[in-house]
Amino acid sequence: MSASRPRPIGLLTATLALLRKDLLIEWRTRARLNAIIFFALATLLMFSFALGPDTKLLEKNAGGYFWLAILFASVLALGESFRVESENACMDGIRLAPADARAIFLSKALGNTLLLTALGALLVPVMVALYGVRIVTSVVDLGLILLLGSLALSAPGTVYAAISSNARARDVLLPLLLFPLVIPALLSAAKATTLVLQGDPMNQFGSWLGLLGGFNLIYWGVGFLLFPRIIED
Amino acid sequence: MGKFIKWGLPALALAVLAAGWWLGLAWAPPDREMGDVQRIMYVHVPLQWVAMVAMAINFVVAIGYLMKASWKLDATAEASAEIGLVLGTAGMITGAIWGRPTWGVYWSWDPRLTSQAIMLVTYTGYLVLRRFVEDPEKRATWSAVVAIIGAINLPIVWFSVRWWRSLHQVQSTPKTVDPEMTLALRVSAFGMLFLTIWFLVQRYRQALAERQAEVALPDALPSDLAAAGGANSSRVA
Repeated sequence: MSASRPRPIGLLTATLALLRKDLLIEWRTRARLNAIIFFALATLLMFSFALGPDTKLLEKNAGGYFWLAILFASVLALGESFRVESENACMDGIRLAPADARAIFLSKALGNTLLLTALGALLVPVMVALYGVRIVTSVVDLGLILLLGSLALSAPGTVYAAISSNARARDVLLPLLLFPLVIPALLSAAKATTLVLQGDPMNQFGSWLGLLGGFNLIYWGVGFLLFPRIIED
Repeated sequence: MGKFIKWGLPALALAVLAAGWWLGLAWAPPDREMGDVQRIMYVHVPLQWVAMVAMAINFVVAIGYLMKASWKLDATAEASAEIGLVLGTAGMITGAIWGRPTWGVYWSWDPRLTSQAIMLVTYTGYLVLRRFVEDPEKRATWSAVVAIIGAINLPIVWFSVRWWRSLHQVQSTPKTVDPEMTLALRVSAFGMLFLTIWFLVQRYRQALAERQAEVALPDALPSDLAAAGGANSSRVA
């Protein structure tokens, strides 16, 4: 009996297959990436209009504005990542596949992380030009914050996007749930970015990065454990 | 038992609360530095305590629901989140009223205040989610997940905000205040606790009745509670 049963697909295989599928869809349409890039660029631009042409103020707050632009864009990206599955009952199709439901979480969260990291990498030169900042410590540090920050927005964001994509008024619900939750991540990412841009005389960079790392550990763990309960039917 | 909850519990709660507030407002000595202004403590501190109790109940029943699904746990979760939000908001407003004469400002970005503001937004989101999901089973599961994630976040918020900014006085414990103040505070806190339990029981019964109605007869609910489209079409089938 058990010999004839097909071998269950491993978590990693399923995750990579799903991630590949999502990236392929993204690459063929490029709709999501284009939308969030222009949205984030417009947001960065809007901060300068909201404050007036005070370059000192913009320079001082650049780290915060940078992460707010990514956060706002992430709401669009996260919402869209499950909207793809709601068409033609794709979600049911994935659920019926003999794969671990947690693979859906991992692939979606990793896909969103990739998207947000790419967005952030594109935004850095724009921020440097627009706000007149320069990278004082090192680009590697900034890359590390970008990766950890994108991971931190993606894990809880994926869980909440899966919930809100099936609820009424999903466009309101996702930011309402996500924003209070990611405050620690936003705070540490913005602080660490500011340290990269303005120098770190007190050597605080490591502790903010540690906080971001801890946030990631907790929410990737919680998301991994709880996600199957969200998509069960 | 039913009669006690309906009449006895609110009467007891109001009597204890009245006694506590009389002790606090008239009998206990005024604060050495803040004077009579400090007497708002007998309202503010009990409100914050019971709000925490309500949120803790919410967290526990959310975990319980994921382990074993039951409408009773879901109804308790709904009742405790709503009451915790109301009490927490009242606690925050009384705190702001206290802050103005003593700190000079209604609001400061102190860790305690900031964390509580984030907590209130978190539970507002939780209650909004409950409103926006029609299927009672999905609503219960999803809101349990959101409640757990939201509650886990609160210590992290507390920690991160403390790093970020560090005026709130050290919280009052019996050791830091005059024994007469302690008595008044304790009595007020018990009064508030009894009142909260009564609120919880009432709201729980309502929520449970609503769940049972939803499950038994989805179309019998008033139109603003029933599904906005989807589930209503089952009338045809």
